[in-house]
Amino acid sequence: MIGELGHYALILALVLTVFQGVLPMAGASRGERSWMAAGRTLAVLNALLLTGSFAALAWSFYVSDFSMLNVARNSNSLLPWYYKVAASWGSHEGSILFWALTLSWWGGMVAVLGRRLPEDTMARVLSVMGLVLFGIVAFMVMTSNPFLRIFPPAAEGSDLNPLLQDPGMVFHPPLLYMGYVGFSVPFAFSIAALIGGKLDVAWARWMRPWTTGAWVLLTLGISLGSYWSYYELGWGGWWFWDPVENSSFMPWLTGTALMHSLAVTEKRGCFKIWTVLLAIITFSLSLLGTFLVRSGILTSVHAFATDPERGVFILAFLIIVIGLSFLLFAWRAPTVGLGGNFSMVSRESMLLVNNVLLIVAMSAVLLGTMYPLFLDALGAGKISVGPPYFDSVFGPIMLPMLFLIGIAPFARWKEADPAQLARRLAVVFALSVVLAIPVPLLMGRWSHWVFIGIIMALWITFTALENIRERGRNMKGSAAARLASHPRAFYGMHIAHIGIAVFVVGVALVKGYEAERDVRMYPGDTVTVADYTFRFDGVKDERGPNYMSSMGEFMLSKGGRELGILNPEKRSYYSTRSMPMTESAIRHSITGDVYVSLGEPTKDNGWIVRVYSKPFVTWIWWGTLLMALGGVLAMLDRRYRSGSSRRAAAKGEE
Amino acid sequence: MASAGTKRLALIVAAAAVLGAGIYLVLSAFNENLVFFYSPLQVERGEAPQGRTFRMGGMVEEGSVKRLEDGVTVSFKITDTGASIPTQYKGVLPDLFKEGKGVVAQGKLDANGVFVAKEVLAKHDENYMPPEAEAAVKQAHKEMAAKKLSGGEKK
Repeated sequence: MIGELGHYALILALVLTVFQGVLPMAGASRGERSWMAAGRTLAVLNALLLTGSFAALAWSFYVSDFSMLNVARNSNSLLPWYYKVAASWGSHEGSILFWALTLSWWGGMVAVLGRRLPEDTMARVLSVMGLVLFGIVAFMVMTSNPFLRIFPPAAEGSDLNPLLQDPGMVFHPPLLYMGYVGFSVPFAFSIAALIGGKLDVAWARWMRPWTTGAWVLLTLGISLGSYWSYYELGWGGWWFWDPVENSSFMPWLTGTALMHSLAVTEKRGCFKIWTVLLAIITFSLSLLGTFLVRSGILTSVHAFATDPERGVFILAFLIIVIGLSFLLFAWRAPTVGLGGNFSMVSRESMLLVNNVLLIVAMSAVLLGTMYPLFLDALGAGKISVGPPYFDSVFGPIMLPMLFLIGIAPFARWKEADPAQLARRLAVVFALSVVLAIPVPLLMGRWSHWVFIGIIMALWITFTALENIRERGRNMKGSAAARLASHPRAFYGMHIAHIGIAVFVVGVALVKGYEAERDVRMYPGDTVTVADYTFRFDGVKDERGPNYMSSMGEFMLSKGGRELGILNPEKRSYYSTRSMPMTESAIRHSITGDVYVSLGEPTKDNGWIVRVYSKPFVTWIWWGTLLMALGGVLAMLDRRYRSGSSRRAAAKGEE
Repeated sequence: MASAGTKRLALIVAAAAVLGAGIYLVLSAFNENLVFFYSPLQVERGEAPQGRTFRMGGMVEEGSVKRLEDGVTVSFKITDTGASIPTQYKGVLPDLFKEGKGVVAQGKLDANGVFVAKEVLAKHDENYMPPEAEAAVKQAHKEMAAKKLSGGEKK
């Protein structure tokens, strides 16, 4: 019964999204105010309907209603309740419903929070979002109904893939999807602006917090996925350049570019066309990512069920959305106007270089991800492009960008004086270089890449602090009062940039100094990796809620001092007995992790064991958290609230 | 003072140079790091490169998995039912590595024709067969069938 209600809500939403897609847009072009106003009601209604629909699915999972095909296939009565609920977005059908749900939420939020938007802009934005939503809901109703029943009902569910039974499953997909889908908002704003022909400072200002919000969620989603794969897959890798990872990383790169080009559009009124194009590209890449992951083209941890019919539908949808957007862009962009001029050394030019580098980086990822797929589709052979390609490309592309992060906040808009910049920052740069020298020496082995990475991290951090100090220099009042007077967006920017520095430290040190050993161990044996000694104390059997576990015991010590016991596991789940699962055991610390996982038992009572030392690896995720925190601060800046947008619109500039 | 025109030209030239360098870097890295896929039958015929990393896929031959003396190196054979290639891998195998199941490995051929794998690609689902491995087996079946047919005609 609950399932039928969910299905009914979905079909009702299908009908209402047509109205949301057509009515407000038509109203905006004909000047019918009541039609335009209907858009907001419809957007909220659709958000409620899809919430109801998803709640019905989640409830069916919660109560283990095995008369529903989706539940029977992806859940099990023995699962803890939170994994039951999380399983509702673990399947293909459920995840698409979740995608639609988040899209409807973003639409609803625009309708509720954007009350000050001009009514025609609001109408067009909601229409565009309604049309995209219609496509996704139609996809679900036609090819991927999550509410199918089976008769007779299954006695027991066939279980959620054990790999997904992890806290990561509860948070990673929702965050990632909300970020992915959140880029539909700047996309809709851009399409609306192209249709309405109005691309001014106010437009950029409205769009900025939404873009930043989507970016924050995507950042968190990606980094959580990275952390999950780090501890779950048992190989201690935090990024594999797997096509699925890449497909979430590409919109992140262009989304980052979009945030920066929006800054220029808002402050200086230029880069307008570029901003619009970036918004379209970013959302197109989000759709492409969904297509890659959900069509079954890629086989990975993220794509279990595959169905060619679905692939064709999503591909068609992709072509329609992206094709129409670019067509509209080509047609309308020349009317937008170019905006102000700027000189060769200025904050604009530096942000332009940032954008170009981010786009080159994205293209490099796109090439490495799509080229093998193309070749395969053409029947021209099977190839793969591995991490060495991405690693060797990414360093050189990112290096000038890291350097520019330090300078750009000091550069004036319109025209900056390079000699003055050099004078101001030479000392900071020299200090970064000098202080970076001891780091690789202390780590025990010289490495150019580590050295350069640390220079950049220090450079970004010092310039950020210097920039904050300098901004307060000509102000009156106590130091604390001066610090408190800077806008939140200013701090947001610097915190996010320092986050990049922290991230770079983690990447450089873990790439430079990680150590790994695979050994056969018998109880009582010890193995040493990077000053850490592991003593193997045997394996005992443990029982979990829906699995049996062989739990190893390792005493970890360093320099004769015992640090604690690590318990890696080898689990076998009842429902999929033939699929063992490795659960690694990790000891975290600020200077690095030690990591141990069990391989397999040998015939003579020994175990194959893998141990790692991962110096400073957690800095990678602390860095991404700081980036997200910076984004949140920037979103909360006062100027996005309380009428200041309207004043800006009236004034026409900052 | 340079005119606005020359300035703009300089900007465009500089941008084009940077972009060109970037594209060159990307494409050359791409070329160096492409990894091709060969089936065991192709490897047996000597089509796979010596000294370059490639991927090979098929099934783990039944009864072929052995641990060597050091306890950490595993030797097994990858077969596409047409040919089977001795393979070695040092380290912890993925959870779903099993005799008779599909496998894809990445590595190089050594002088004795043993495929030394640096990486055995993991699978995430017990019912999942790597598409490369499946294609290799299918192709081998096809060639075997064709051989039988042509052999029959000669008689």
